[in-house]
Amino acid sequence: MTQVGAIPYVATRWDFYDRWGAVKVRWSLGRFKYRVTPGIYAVGNPGRDSLVFVTGNYKLSFDHLRRALKGIDGWILVIETKGINVWCAAGKGTFGTKEVVRRIRIHHLDQLVDHRKIILPQLSAPGVAAHDVKKMTGFTVIYGPVLAEDIRAFLNAGLKATDDMRKITFPFVERLKLIPVDLFYGKYYLLIVPIVFLILSGFNRSGYSLDLVFDNAGKTTVNLFSGYLAGCVLTPAILPWIPFRRFSAKGLVTGWLVAILLLFAGTLGLTLIENISWFLMIGGLSSFMAMNFTGSSTFTSLSGVQKEMKTALPLQIVMAALGIIGWIISRFL
Amino acid sequence: MNGFVYLTDVVTLELDAAKCNGCRMCVVVCPHNVFGIEAKKAVILHRDFCMECGACAKNCSEGAITVKSGVGCAAGIINGLLRGTEPTCDCGEGSNCC
Ligand code: SF4
Ligand code: SF4
Repeated sequence: MTQVGAIPYVATRWDFYDRWGAVKVRWSLGRFKYRVTPGIYAVGNPGRDSLVFVTGNYKLSFDHLRRALKGIDGWILVIETKGINVWCAAGKGTFGTKEVVRRIRIHHLDQLVDHRKIILPQLSAPGVAAHDVKKMTGFTVIYGPVLAEDIRAFLNAGLKATDDMRKITFPFVERLKLIPVDLFYGKYYLLIVPIVFLILSGFNRSGYSLDLVFDNAGKTTVNLFSGYLAGCVLTPAILPWIPFRRFSAKGLVTGWLVAILLLFAGTLGLTLIENISWFLMIGGLSSFMAMNFTGSSTFTSLSGVQKEMKTALPLQIVMAALGIIGWIISRFL
Repeated sequence: MNGFVYLTDVVTLELDAAKCNGCRMCVVVCPHNVFGIEAKKAVILHRDFCMECGACAKNCSEGAITVKSGVGCAAGIINGLLRGTEPTCDCGEGSNCC
């Protein structure tokens, strides 16, 4: 027991359910609640001088933090971020000055510890004004490293994050981890669009033929999915190696590369107009999906994305529309 | 990350050096090493690295920094367009975009 009542103790090792949970979150499996109850948690055997680490109540954030604190005695103050990760919550202001101040007060942090320091993840800085927290509660905000795994080095350096610890990087593995988030962006369209294409593929000059539908089923599905995957899997994976800065242009490049492969694989069309139509559709689709990856990337600015979209979005729509019209016309030629 | 620069000359970041007291907070919170300190004043070193997250402006006690912050995310901008609001990523409860 402490001055402020019973405090739950948490493990610093992940068990099977934590790992499986992390996988489920990344792949958006199920819409179950994945949050931690806000409040104070004890790690190790903390006392009145132990450090206080603040995080949001998105379970993955909490899990990364408690794992990083293995072998350290400390307190974790979980604030209410509605189950959203630190970075997003800070951007929206959910992980903000007000909530930090409120939690310090309702959990009586000033009675739990003697010092007046709290450590916040650096990525919460867009939402938290350190000087205001200090003014309102007396607690000094110290921004820790971007990654929880650097916490030990940060503590050893006397609560100082090096330049590298403060930088957001965007390595290959991180990009791959974010792909599943985008993969299901289209959700229902992923099924509906190919089905519409299947239905339409039955039309020809002499009316409607189910045989045609079956003949075309494989090809149209392969083409559509290839365009989709070119944009939301291939483009992020090889992002730095594709020319152009605009994500939409990068997506167009990979889309067309894939389309060229499909052309040789023979899944595109039988006529020139059908082939051109597929190039337009796959290019437009891939470009659009790639542009959506700006949301997962860690270096695109709002002004930049707005500027890019102003030209890219109309072009993508025109490409897709021309492609669809061309493809339908090619049915009847 | 030094290897990644998005579009150049679009960022809305502004620094008013006259107000700056050299506290270094902007250097600490910026995730892209945009700021440096020279002669006890903040300077913008790498303007095009800025992703407009707003952390520097929020944490500058002197109000020396302004930036139009928001989510640099195409899906968010489309969301905003459709609803006629500011760009908003639809990170509702249970979803995990961004
Ligand atoms: S946070 Fe503001 S006052 Fe402090 S160094 Fe940066 S610009 Fe100057
Ligand atoms: S808005 Fe964010 S990325 Fe841009 S300078 Fe400020 S802290 Fe750095």
